[in-house]
Amino acid sequence: MALNREQKLKAYKDMLLIRQFESKLPVLIAEGHAWGEAHQYIGQEAVAVGVSSALTKEDSVTSTHRGHGHLIAKGGEVKYMFAELAGKATGYCKGKGGSMHITSLEHGIYGANGMVGQGVCIALGVAFANKYKKDHTVTVAYFGDGAANEGTIHECMNLASILKLPIIFLCENNKYAITTDADYATSVKDISVRAAGYNMPGVTVDGMDIEAVHAATLEAVNRARAGEGPTLIEAKCYRFFDHFNSYPKICPFRYRKEEEIEEWKKRDPIPAFEQKLLAEGVAQEELDSIITDVDKEIEEGVQFMIDSPYPDMSEAYTDMYTDKHYTMPIRGW
Amino acid sequence: MAKKKRISQAISEAIMEEMIRDENVVMIGEDVESGMNGNSIGLLDKFGKDRVINTPISEAAYTGMAIGAAMKGMRPVIEYCINTLQYVSMEMLVNQAVKLRYMTGGQVSVPMVAIVNMSGAGISCAAQHSDSTWAQLIHMGMKVIVPSGPIDAKGLMKAAIRDNDPVVIYLPALALGVAEELPEDEYLIPLGKGSVKKEGTDLTIVAVGHMVPEAMKVAKMYEAKGISIEVIDPRTLYPLDINLILDSVRKTGKVIVTDDGYRFCSWSSEVAATISEQAFDNLKAPVKRITRPVNFVPYSRPLEWTTFPYTGQLLEGVAQLTGVKPDL
Repeated sequence: MALNREQKLKAYKDMLLIRQFESKLPVLIAEGHAWGEAHQYIGQEAVAVGVSSALTKEDSVTSTHRGHGHLIAKGGEVKYMFAELAGKATGYCKGKGGSMHITSLEHGIYGANGMVGQGVCIALGVAFANKYKKDHTVTVAYFGDGAANEGTIHECMNLASILKLPIIFLCENNKYAITTDADYATSVKDISVRAAGYNMPGVTVDGMDIEAVHAATLEAVNRARAGEGPTLIEAKCYRFFDHFNSYPKICPFRYRKEEEIEEWKKRDPIPAFEQKLLAEGVAQEELDSIITDVDKEIEEGVQFMIDSPYPDMSEAYTDMYTDKHYTMPIRGW
Repeated sequence: MAKKKRISQAISEAIMEEMIRDENVVMIGEDVESGMNGNSIGLLDKFGKDRVINTPISEAAYTGMAIGAAMKGMRPVIEYCINTLQYVSMEMLVNQAVKLRYMTGGQVSVPMVAIVNMSGAGISCAAQHSDSTWAQLIHMGMKVIVPSGPIDAKGLMKAAIRDNDPVVIYLPALALGVAEELPEDEYLIPLGKGSVKKEGTDLTIVAVGHMVPEAMKVAKMYEAKGISIEVIDPRTLYPLDINLILDSVRKTGKVIVTDDGYRFCSWSSEVAATISEQAFDNLKAPVKRITRPVNFVPYSRPLEWTTFPYTGQLLEGVAQLTGVKPDL
C-alpha cells in the first residue's frame, strides 16, 4: 500500500530531521560538545525513513556505526540522541554508548553497533524471539555494502532462511566502505543477488527514492509477518560526506571524483520528495511549517543537550552486570 | 541406591529442569537435537524443535542469535561442541554479549549461557582442539564456571541459567568421566561460592576442573606421610570466592594454584598475585603456580600428556613446598 498524505508529510519531516541532526554534528564536535567522529547519514535519508514508514512501533531494528538516521526514523528522540553524543546523563545510554551505540528498547531499537556486520547477528536473535513469542513483529537488520562482505552476514542469512525468521536484511549500498569502492570489493554488481544463495527473495531498490524503499520494505514486512521468512533488500544510495567528518583533514587520498558526488547530489532525496509533494498538491506553506518545526526541534534538542548534566563520576563504574556479586571487585581486591 | 551420573548427564538434567520451569529457556547449537555431546539428551523429545534448535556450523551467528533473543527476554543456552569453537565467536562473546549492558547504560540484560564442551587436552585432538579457553573470557569480564564433577555441574548450571548476565560454563574433558550420585531434590549452587573439597592444615591447593580430582588424589597420597593438604575448588573462576582462598592460605601458609591455562596471564597467575597482595604476611613460601607452559599440545599421546598440568606436576609442586617426596 502506498503512503497516504499524512504518512508522506511525516516522512518528509523525518528526512529533514535526520538531515538537520546530522548537519549539526561537525559543529557540535568543533565546539567541543561532542567528541570523536561523526559518521553522517546525509544523502541516505530516504532509506531509513522509507524502511520505518513500513514498520510499526513494536517492530525492531538493529543499526550500524552510521545509525542516527535509522534511530530517528524509528522514533528515537533527537534531544536524547544529542545528549548521548555529548556524553550527558540524559542520553539514551547515559552517555556510555555515544554516537555509534544508541539503544532504546521502547522504540524497538536493539542497538546501533560499532562493529561492522556484527549487529546483524543480534537482529537474528530479536527475530528469533519475535517468532518464538509469536508477537507478529518483524526485525530489520541494517548493514552496509562493506558489511555485506563480512562472514556473519552470510551465516545470518542462511540461518534466518532455514528457520524462516521474520527478519529483513537491509543493505544500504552507499558505494563505499570507508574509501573502498563496492564495485571493486564486492563479487557481484547487485548485492541483492546474494539472496538467491540463501533461498530468499532479494531486491535492489533506488535508495534515493523514499517511496520505492517503502514499497520494497512493505512487501518484505508482509512476507515476514506471514511467516514466510526473510528478505534481502539492497538500497542503492550515496553518502554525500566522507566516512567520518575529519577524513579530509587526516587523509589526502581522494577515493571518489567530485563529479560523482555532484551527480549523486542532483538526486538528493529530500528536494526530490519535496517536488513530488508539491506536484501532488501539498502547499509550500505546509512544507515551510514542517521546516520550522524541525528547526525548532533541533534547536531545542541542542539546548537540552547543553543544559543536561554530565553523569556522576560514579556512573563510570555502574551497569557492568545485572547480577553483581560481592566477589566481583571492579578495581581489584 | 541412585545411579551415579556424569557431568554431561548432570548438565542435561539441569537444562531439562530449567526448560520445564521457564518457557523462555531454549537450547541452541550444533547437533543439539541428537544430544551427541550428552548435554541435551532428551530435550528434543520433551520440548520439540521450537525449543531445541539445531544450527548450521555458524558459531558467530547462533551466539549472536542468543544475545538478541536474550535482549528480548529469553534465556538461551548455547553449546560449542568442543573447546576452541569459542574462538570463532569471540566477537559475540567479549565485544557484544558481555558489553551490551554497560554500553546501553543498563537498558538491557543478556541472560544467556554458553556451554564449552570438552574443554582442555587429553583427548588426542592436537593443538587446535585442546585449549582451556577461560582466561580470555575472564579477562574480558565474563562470568565463568568450571565444575569439577557432576553434583557441582548441575547446581551451577541451574544458577547460570537463572543469572541475568551472560555466563560461560566449561566442561573439562578430563573431568567428564567423574561419576557421582546427584541429590534427588532440586538444588542450586550460587556463582561466586567456592567449595572446600578437603580440609587440611599444611598446604592449600586451589585447583580448577580436572585438577580437583588430581589434587584430591595427591592429598590422599600425602596424608599417609603426615602432610595435611586442603583442597579448594573455586567452581566459578569469576566471580571468585577469594575469601575462601585467602582464609585457607592464612591457615596453611603455603599454596599451589593450578589450572589448565597457558602460564602467562593465566587465571592461576591472577589468583597468585592476589594472594601475594592480600596474604603476604601469612605466606611461608612463595605462591606456586602449576599451569600449562607457553607451549602447545602435540598429538602424539606420550608427548601430549606432558604438556598440560596433571598428577606429576602437582606431586612435584607439593614436594618442593613441603620438602617431602611422594611415594611413587
